[in-house]
Amino acid sequence: MKIAMLLSRVRVEEKLLLQAFEKQNLQVDIVDDRDVIFDLHQDGWKRYDVVVERCINHSRALYALRILNDWGIPTVNHYEVALICGNKLETTSALIRDGIPTPGCKIAFTPESALEAIEQMGYPVVLKPAIGSWGRLLSKVNDREAAEAILEHKQILGTYNHSIFYIQEYIDKPARDIRSFVVGGETVAAIYRYSDHWITNTARGGRATNCPVTPEIDELSSRSAKAVGGGVVAVDILETQDGRLLINEVNYTMEFRNSIDTTGVNIPDVVVNYVTKVGRREV
Amino acid sequence: MSKKAECPECAADVSLPDDVMEGEIVQCAECGVELEVISLDPPELDLAPEEEEDWGE
Repeated sequence: MKIAMLLSRVRVEEKLLLQAFEKQNLQVDIVDDRDVIFDLHQDGWKRYDVVVERCINHSRALYALRILNDWGIPTVNHYEVALICGNKLETTSALIRDGIPTPGCKIAFTPESALEAIEQMGYPVVLKPAIGSWGRLLSKVNDREAAEAILEHKQILGTYNHSIFYIQEYIDKPARDIRSFVVGGETVAAIYRYSDHWITNTARGGRATNCPVTPEIDELSSRSAKAVGGGVVAVDILETQDGRLLINEVNYTMEFRNSIDTTGVNIPDVVVNYVTKVGRREV
Repeated sequence: MSKKAECPECAADVSLPDDVMEGEIVQCAECGVELEVISLDPPELDLAPEEEEDWGE
């Protein structure tokens, strides 16, 4: 089987995946997205049975996947998964379409309508860039004065994308959230991410411990993965004070370095098994 | 003996793991900067690219 991995830099996750491929005697061609040139009229990638996308830039991932999929090359993940998961608005809309519980969410396109939407929702709210990751540029907005200031900053200082206002109900969660890992429709593991800060991303210093995969976590996670198109994804889940689970986000180039020892599940091995099934066109 | 390369930021010797790969990201223990392994033979480091707005998972 001919496998390529498209990546930007070899982080811990990419190294673990490459080692997992090597363990199965599968050779992987590493393609650095900084060097790649796609000639759209000449498919130079047909020799690959499957391409694993591990770009760090969302835009590079998205467009590379689009080209590869249009050439008929199976990828992990598929273009649609990157398109939906890379954009919080697209993700939330897909989750709600499939009846999956999510925090309240309003979208507005001007600072004026965004302020009105925030006032309707009631403080505090969370403002998020539709495209962005690792908890960057999230704002917890506690009152009208802060809302006015942040909306003005976003409009004046940000690119046009920052004027697509994604307004989310603030969930007063315990000092943790849940991240589950779904591979090929199956919830393979989950962690709690603890932090004293309301942003619990491990990229921001959140601490990981094992979270037992309950039937409810399993069901919500696999349904969320299906809503965004399946593949290999990580689902972020918030717990409400009254014990409900709400799906916050779904990530398509998941990071798992803190979750292997924590959960006892060899996530890279599971991912590699799935990739080989995609390469054999069994899924 | 473990591989070493010079940090381009602070000139410290940075120890590299035995299974180091080209493109791998390492951190300088002295100055804390993120470095990318740009060649293996001889081992050479450069500053890793700065985080961009659409970086993430």
